[in-house]
Formats: sequence, C-alpha cells, structure tokens
Amino acid sequence: MSFASLATVAISLVILGFAWMMMINADHMAGVMESELEINVYLRPNVDSNRAAELKDFIQKLSDIDEVVFVPKEEGLNLLNGRFGNDVDLAESLGGENPLPDMFRIRVKQADQIPDVGERIQRLAGVDMVRYGQEMIEQLLQLTQWVRSVGLVVVVATAVAALFLIATTIRLAVFSRSGEISIMQLVGATNWYIRWPFFLEGMVIGLLGAMVSVVALYLFYAQVAEHLTGSMSFIPIVTDYSVMFVVYRGLIIFGGCLGALGSVFSMRRFLRI
Amino acid sequence: MIQMFNVSKTYVGEVKIHALTDINLHIRKGEFVFLVGASGAGKSTLTKLIIREELPTKGQIMAEGRSILRMKQRDIPIFRRKIGFVFQDFRLLMSRTVYENVAFAAEAIEMSSQDVKRRVPAVLDMVGLGDKHAAYPHQLSGGQQQRVCIARAMVNNPMMIIADEPTGNLDPETSYDIMSMFQAINSRGTTMVIATHDREMVDRLKKRVVGLDRGRIVRDEERGTYHSAYQQL
Repeated sequence: MSFASLATVAISLVILGFAWMMMINADHMAGVMESELEINVYLRPNVDSNRAAELKDFIQKLSDIDEVVFVPKEEGLNLLNGRFGNDVDLAESLGGENPLPDMFRIRVKQADQIPDVGERIQRLAGVDMVRYGQEMIEQLLQLTQWVRSVGLVVVVATAVAALFLIATTIRLAVFSRSGEISIMQLVGATNWYIRWPFFLEGMVIGLLGAMVSVVALYLFYAQVAEHLTGSMSFIPIVTDYSVMFVVYRGLIIFGGCLGALGSVFSMRRFLRI
Repeated sequence: MIQMFNVSKTYVGEVKIHALTDINLHIRKGEFVFLVGASGAGKSTLTKLIIREELPTKGQIMAEGRSILRMKQRDIPIFRRKIGFVFQDFRLLMSRTVYENVAFAAEAIEMSSQDVKRRVPAVLDMVGLGDKHAAYPHQLSGGQQQRVCIARAMVNNPMMIIADEPTGNLDPETSYDIMSMFQAINSRGTTMVIATHDREMVDRLKKRVVGLDRGRIVRDEERGTYHSAYQQL
C-alpha cells in the first residue's frame, strides 16, 4: 500500500467529486430556472378590493404556494409605463382610462405543481384568466428532470468505478503481504490481530487520498467559479462555496470507509483457515 | 499429544491425488519423531494436518484429547500457539531484522512488550545468534536464517515443534548444528516432529522413525534409521 494506493484513491475521488459538483450545479441551474416560473392570475374588472383580499387569502392557503403578490391595476400600469420609458405617459394616451385588470403573481414551491395550482385557481369566482406558459413549463420540467437523472447516474457510476479501482489497488497491496499474513497465522495470531493494522492503514490511506482530492477540487472549483461569474455571469453556477462542503465531507467519509473496509474485505481470502 | 485415526487426505483438482491414506499415528508428549520418505510421500501434508493448515478428507485428529477438526475458528490461533513451525524455506520477513522477525511472532500472540524484550534476546542467544539481532535475513547464511526460524518457533514456548525439511537447504555441517539444537530443545521436554530427507541425520540421532510411502505409513520404529526405511521401500 502507500503511494500508489494513495494516488489511486486521490484520483478516483477527484473524478467522483468533479461529477458530484457538476451534478450540484446542474441541479442548481435547473432550480434557478424553475424558480423564475410564476403564475399570473388576472381578475375580472368587477372584483372589488375586499374580494381581492379574500382571494389572496384563499390562494395563500392552498398547498404548495410559496408567495402571492397582489398587483393592483394602477401598479400594473406603472410597471408597463416603466417599460415604455419616461417619455411616454401611457395613461394619458389611453385617455385617462386604465385598461389593465388587477392581478396576482404567484410563485409555487414546486415547479411541477404549477399546472395543478393554475387549474384550481381558474375555477375561483372573480378570476378571469390564468396564465403560466403551459407548454414551456412542461418542456423545461422535462429538461431539468433529465439533467438531474443524468447527473445522478454519472455520480453513481463514477462512485462504483472509484470503488473498484480502489479495491483493486488495495487487494494488490494486501496480496504483496500475503507471506506476512500466513506467517502470522501460523504463529497463532488471531484474525483481528492480523486485520487491525491493515484496517488502520487502509483508513489512513483512504483519508489522506480523500484530503488530497478535496484540496485539488477546492482550488479547481474556486478558480472556475471566479472565472465563470466574471466572464459568463448568465450561467447560474453555485458561488456559495459552503454548498460544496457536502461534497468534501462526503469524499472524506467515502475515502476513509473505502480504505478501511476495502482492506478488510481484500484480506478475507487470506484469512480463511 | 497428537493422535490420528484413519486419516486420509485427497486433493481434488484435475486429477485426484491421494496424499495420505489411512494414517494411524500417535505422537506422545516429549517424543522426537522423524517423518521420512521420498518426495511426494505425504510428509508435508502430514505436518499441515497437525497444525490444521489443512483438513483431512477422512478420519479424526486429536490434540491433547480434543478433536482439532471440530475446533471453533476462534480457537485455532490459540491451538497454534502451542506449536512452533520451522520451514525449509525459512519464510522470514526480508524487510525486518532478526530481532523483529522473532519479536513479530511473540507480538502476534499478544505477548506483553516487557516479555517480548526479555524473551527474544533469550531465544536468540539459545540459537547462537545473540550478536546478529540487528542483521537482516539476506545478510545471513542459510544456516543462520534457519536458526532465526527456529528462534521464532521457540519464542512462544511451544509444547511441540514441527519442522518441514529444516535442513533441506543446508550443508551437512550446518545441518548437524541445527539437529543438535533440536535435540537440545527436545531434552527440555518439547515434542519434536521433523519431516526430513536427511539420511545421515536420522541415522546419527537414532530416534523414532515413521516411514511414509505414497501416502501410507510403511514403518514406525523406535530408535530407527533412515536406511532401513529405505531398504524396505
């Protein structure tokens, strides 16, 4: 065991960690896109402010609702006005009459609940129209679901590959010491006495390898994140580095367990009496 | 001390090999026994069965009145501590010094470090290697390496020492030294079982001789010689 095993552990875990970070980012991007989706609910012109407040209360109490914002028609006009620039007074050119209805902007907790929530709101008295870009949402949801599934598959596959790579290295290392093991057995050492040093050694190598990979990934990610946020800020990557501590912690636990258990399992056939 | 009843051992591979057939043998406490016979006669297999490195296909083996076949896994190491093993090829750890090689065996049975420090120099002195404790095996002659192996077998104060061709790789003079050492160990009450080709040694020591041929015991004589065994074959 030693340097070769340590390098194998480190490299395998770098690959695994990289895939994992990619998945976290893909998930984050999908989440960002989903969170930008909202439902617009337009009210009938005859709905007064009391009824509007009732509706708001009611909608807020529906399950899966994150936020309901009431936009009165005056504010709607102002917003619209803003989009046309300061030179134009929309209200004036419309003859002092505001053609816009009052509306709600609704965000839901889960993007895939949007169609369901939309339908329920459509049935309420006083609601004129519900808009949420049905087709777009379905496509986007499919895309984000796909990204998440693929990411998960890639992470699991690299984890399995890392497992085999590391197990093989450890098995070779144990094999090179089979002479020592058989002598220990013949002089009457118990199996645990024989196993213990291999267990510790495997764990230490697993942990050291994992630490090397964590340092490498940390530096790499900091660089990439800085570069991307600077030059391609439209890509919503995770810039909160503490999110990546999940990956680092996971890699260190994975590395330690893998090293320790890997060496114990590799020894099994030498310990059979 | 060791009793074998109708023991047979068959290796099953591409061809079946009957390594031992119908062995009945009783080795008493404090005895000095030579196992003789041509290569492939079954000497090594017999020693492996005694230390339970292998299990017989048929028959029963008792050690101090207990069946070693029905022994629980966790009792096997305890049983082996009562037996010292000496190999033809020494099987020393090349990356460790003479002292460490011997101490390793003592530590493996969880002897206290105080006892290790006391016991290891004592056995190294006994085999005449007191001044070589810091040497590595490759710096030693074959005879010296075999003495390290004997010291390793002795360090745990075994009731019995089993040696498989202990002088097979040594010149006659060195072989004689090693055999004298075995006699000295035996005189303190340790049972000795030695599988050997060394005709001269067997003839000189006049100990019990068990002759094997093609897996069967063909002769068992008190104060026997290698020669008479040979003529009967």
